[in-house]
Amino acid sequence: MEDNLEQYSFDFHGQDPTIVAESRDELKITLGEFAGPLDLLLYLIKKEQANIFDIPVAKITNQYVLYIKLMKKLDIAVAADFLVMAATLIEIKSKMLLPREPSEELGEDIEDPRQELVDRLLEYERYKSAAQMLYERTTVEQAIFQRGKIDTDENNAEINASVFDLLNVFQKIVARHKDEVQMEIHREEISLADMLKNLKRRLLEFKELSVLAFFEEMHTKRELVTAFVAVLEIARTEGIRLTQSSTFGDIILRAS
Amino acid sequence: METEFETAEEKTLRSPGELVAVVEALIFVSDEPIPVKLLSEVLDEDRESIAAALETLRDEYENRESGLQIREIAGGFQIATRTELHEDVRKFLKTRPSAKLSLASLETLAVIAYKQPVTVPEILEIRGVQSASAIKTLLEKRLIVTKGHKETVGRPMQYGTSKDFLIQFGLNDLSELPSIEDFEDLVA
Repeated sequence: MEDNLEQYSFDFHGQDPTIVAESRDELKITLGEFAGPLDLLLYLIKKEQANIFDIPVAKITNQYVLYIKLMKKLDIAVAADFLVMAATLIEIKSKMLLPREPSEELGEDIEDPRQELVDRLLEYERYKSAAQMLYERTTVEQAIFQRGKIDTDENNAEINASVFDLLNVFQKIVARHKDEVQMEIHREEISLADMLKNLKRRLLEFKELSVLAFFEEMHTKRELVTAFVAVLEIARTEGIRLTQSSTFGDIILRAS
Repeated sequence: METEFETAEEKTLRSPGELVAVVEALIFVSDEPIPVKLLSEVLDEDRESIAAALETLRDEYENRESGLQIREIAGGFQIATRTELHEDVRKFLKTRPSAKLSLASLETLAVIAYKQPVTVPEILEIRGVQSASAIKTLLEKRLIVTKGHKETVGRPMQYGTSKDFLIQFGLNDLSELPSIEDFEDLVA
């Protein structure tokens, strides 16, 4: 049997239902703009001109459930949080219907089953108002402007060293060590991961690192290559800046 | 090789007027609001002198009805256009007001701003909804940052507001937010 939905008129905050792209893979239809079940509840209470300290639970629950049903009818996915609230309301409603048992100790206040909900609504309302305040602040702030960007070293592309400059420095060192006698000593070759860790640690400690000096520390060609790859990797992933103050000069790594 | 000059660095002595001028120049070029401490260090002047220079500067701007204002924001000083002039400025820059935050994001931000550091379950308790997408948006806009883990079961992540939050909402520090008690119940 069909629900007689024609009878129910909801005033959706004066807005027409709209389709909203909530995130990249979700399209949601919003009926009015309710930020959550508490927001909807507050709206319903206001609409009924009810006293928040004495909520007519039965009435409000019915209205709330109707709203949820309407959303389902319109094939709108109802967020789980709304359903949780519906269940809470129904629970409170049934508690209100049960005859209240006299407490064992005379004069003890029996807890109103609505109390927790009222407290939550009041607290929520404060933050809703605070959100409004923040919104108003943004409006004021957007009327104030600062000067445009100034050309500094930070955004001056010419000073930033390129991969080719890096390669140049690398080649220089390889050439320099070409003629040295390499003694074949069996040592543990340092892995890329360890090299990266070492590099990161030094940058954290000293804030700057000379690429030339770093490469000079390497003992074998393989280590040198690992060092080179490590520098490339760290520049790519950690956003480290490479700057070169003179043509074909040393390159400095800087934590940005 | 010896030189004729003293090897020790000579401190430039500035007149108050010169100090005001150089402070103004530095605030002008700084990308971010510049704190007194930094001005004091860079210019090698004590903080009282800097503070006095700033006072003078602010008065000057106000007295001549400047199109600019000196503001104290996010713990530092900044030069910006006067609010009243926004229409003409916007027309000139050909910008439109940037996309405003959604209601859900603003609410989440309000909770984080007032209750920081705060965890997602704590936010859920107040708002009554999962705030995952709002938190994602706020992180992307750099309005909130993570502030470590809460040392309870599950070690949930905690969130707080960022410096960008202060700047975007025109606040010098968090104490400038109106007290949450001020947001009285409006329903009753």
